[in-house]
Amino acid sequence: MKLTVSLLGESYLFHDLKELFAKANEEKSGDQLAGIAAADDRERMAAKLVLADLTLADIRSHPLLPPETDEVSRVIEEGVDETVYETIRSWTVGELREQLLAASESELRRIGSGLNSEMAAAAAKLMSNLDLIQAAAKCEVITRCNTTLGERGRLGSRAQPNHPTDDPLGMKASIYEALSYGIGDAVIGINPVIDTTDNIIRLLHETKEVIHRWGIPTQNSVLAHVTTQMRAISKGAPADLIFQSLAGTQSGNQSFGIDLRLLQEADQLIRESGTASGENRWYFETGQGSELSAGGHHGVDQLTLESRCYGLAKAFKPFLVNTVVGFIGPEYLYDSKQVIRAGLEDHFMGKIQGLPMGVDVCYTNHMKADQNDMDNLAVLLAAAGVNFFIGVPMADDCMLNYQSTSFHDIATVRELLRLQPGAEFSAWAEKMGILKNGRLTALAGDPTRFI
Amino acid sequence: MVFHDPEGMERLRKATPARIGTGRAGTRPTTREQLQLRLDHAAAVDSVYGSVSSTLLDELELFAVDSEVTDKELYLKRPDLGRQLPESSIRLLRERCIQAPQVQIVVSDGLSADAIESNLRDIYPALLDSLAVQGLTAGTPFFVRKARVGCMNAIGDILEPEVIVMLIGERPGLITSRSMSAYLGYRPRSGMTDSQRMVLSNIHQGGTPPVEAGAHLGSLIARMLELRMSGVSLEL
Repeated sequence: MKLTVSLLGESYLFHDLKELFAKANEEKSGDQLAGIAAADDRERMAAKLVLADLTLADIRSHPLLPPETDEVSRVIEEGVDETVYETIRSWTVGELREQLLAASESELRRIGSGLNSEMAAAAAKLMSNLDLIQAAAKCEVITRCNTTLGERGRLGSRAQPNHPTDDPLGMKASIYEALSYGIGDAVIGINPVIDTTDNIIRLLHETKEVIHRWGIPTQNSVLAHVTTQMRAISKGAPADLIFQSLAGTQSGNQSFGIDLRLLQEADQLIRESGTASGENRWYFETGQGSELSAGGHHGVDQLTLESRCYGLAKAFKPFLVNTVVGFIGPEYLYDSKQVIRAGLEDHFMGKIQGLPMGVDVCYTNHMKADQNDMDNLAVLLAAAGVNFFIGVPMADDCMLNYQSTSFHDIATVRELLRLQPGAEFSAWAEKMGILKNGRLTALAGDPTRFI
Repeated sequence: MVFHDPEGMERLRKATPARIGTGRAGTRPTTREQLQLRLDHAAAVDSVYGSVSSTLLDELELFAVDSEVTDKELYLKRPDLGRQLPESSIRLLRERCIQAPQVQIVVSDGLSADAIESNLRDIYPALLDSLAVQGLTAGTPFFVRKARVGCMNAIGDILEPEVIVMLIGERPGLITSRSMSAYLGYRPRSGMTDSQRMVLSNIHQGGTPPVEAGAHLGSLIARMLELRMSGVSLEL
């Protein structure tokens, strides 16, 4: 394995794959904070050039985090299709990039199944933004819960009706507003303020009640800690999906209060006691930088760790995976350029690993980004075939204090790129008179019709 | 936009601070709503990049020291530096502060200068009163520019207080850019983690009013001193 290169009269030596992987990333404040980023653009390019000539077998035989010490690595390795891997192991990362860009849709699916998460990350490091869009757009990932999501020509949406005190009417007010714009086909999912079993039970019942009353083809979820949801579900609360945030390392997950065994228990519970009809019952959230934030990054760069979240998620056949790309703050993604890049990277890495990727196109007020940047990223991701976006009234989440995509934004992107909500939900919205031939009608935007 | 049930719309609006019933222009927001959102964002950004006036600090007789970072961009990128104090600040604290006080009060702009400007005049005297009511004595209060919460460990190492209370500006949202938090630690020293601290957050006129928060802090601190601990393990 050659880890040296001479470039523009200087020679560069990388000591191991961890260092090479980190330095081959586009500039991210989180890698700089971790002290592992390339010193300058030349060193960054040197790392990319060295990485391009490594083979997939080089990467697999030099694990960044050994499976013996990290259970996430074990899950990822078990998820690799060995037959496929044998046919591509001698490819260089540079060749992998070209194969992914040139492949047909079915060939792309085959290649993806033979990659581990580090290989998917390595390809992303060599790709331009348009490469990431082009390759991801060829991956159609369809999942089924109560409804079907991810089909070509569809753009799903989560209604995120958060409220600063979990007030029932306040939450419903935002759900009604969402529905009136054709938002909520992926999930009606609330982030609770109060993470107690009784409150989660109440919120699961209240979201389900709205769904039943109006016969909405969708699914509900309350994004509490998985253990709280498990207690609520065990007590009979109606949950279609079970939710958890994931990290890409075992120690990162420990800081989230989870491990593989707990996820397996939750998986069994939602399959036995969940209220959904389809086979995909998980809703996962991820985001670059969370491992460093939790002190569990082990010197591995944030892009690669994010890819490892997807390798872990894959084992549970989720209905939805959402990268909350701009929520973590400027010490990980400093400005709009870094957030846009990360959003496209995450979406590609998830899709190539077979996951139903959505993106929370978002920013906090201490980042150098604004609503215009989110407009840009939303259009780019929709062109890349993103499965769903997060819908928040006028983009302003009044509980989590950050800005995401608005109901208006999602309706606009759908109209621009001729995309529809999920099939069952579209039929419902047409019947309700909110949509006609996929377009908002004069009735759209009036939440009082659902009171 | 004409609503099917205008009274119902008012009920929904009253139930949430979320921006609902906003209407639309085609699929886009109305001009007024779009500009209001941008205005609120501008206020939040200004609050992050603003600074606390020396008038306020003089008025409350707080002297100021720097954290390890003086540049705002670097402050945002390097939270680790906001947790440390440079040699010059350490010297100043040793010179001007009472050593080993019972309660050390520290104020920092953090992520919102606005939060300090709009709440400190109310919370500070209320906090002093509530300490007096509890029979507790405070050391020499001061202001740290661009600190992170973890800076209380560095301060603890130098001044060795029994309890520290840090009033710091929160990351601004669009509903308010003026929210402040009070972080509390029993015997703050190097190595103290978030779970060993306590926080009273959402202090602003629309949340927990600052006067009320100040009055509440005294009894909270007395309880910490009585049980000799702080953090999630302290049952309140």
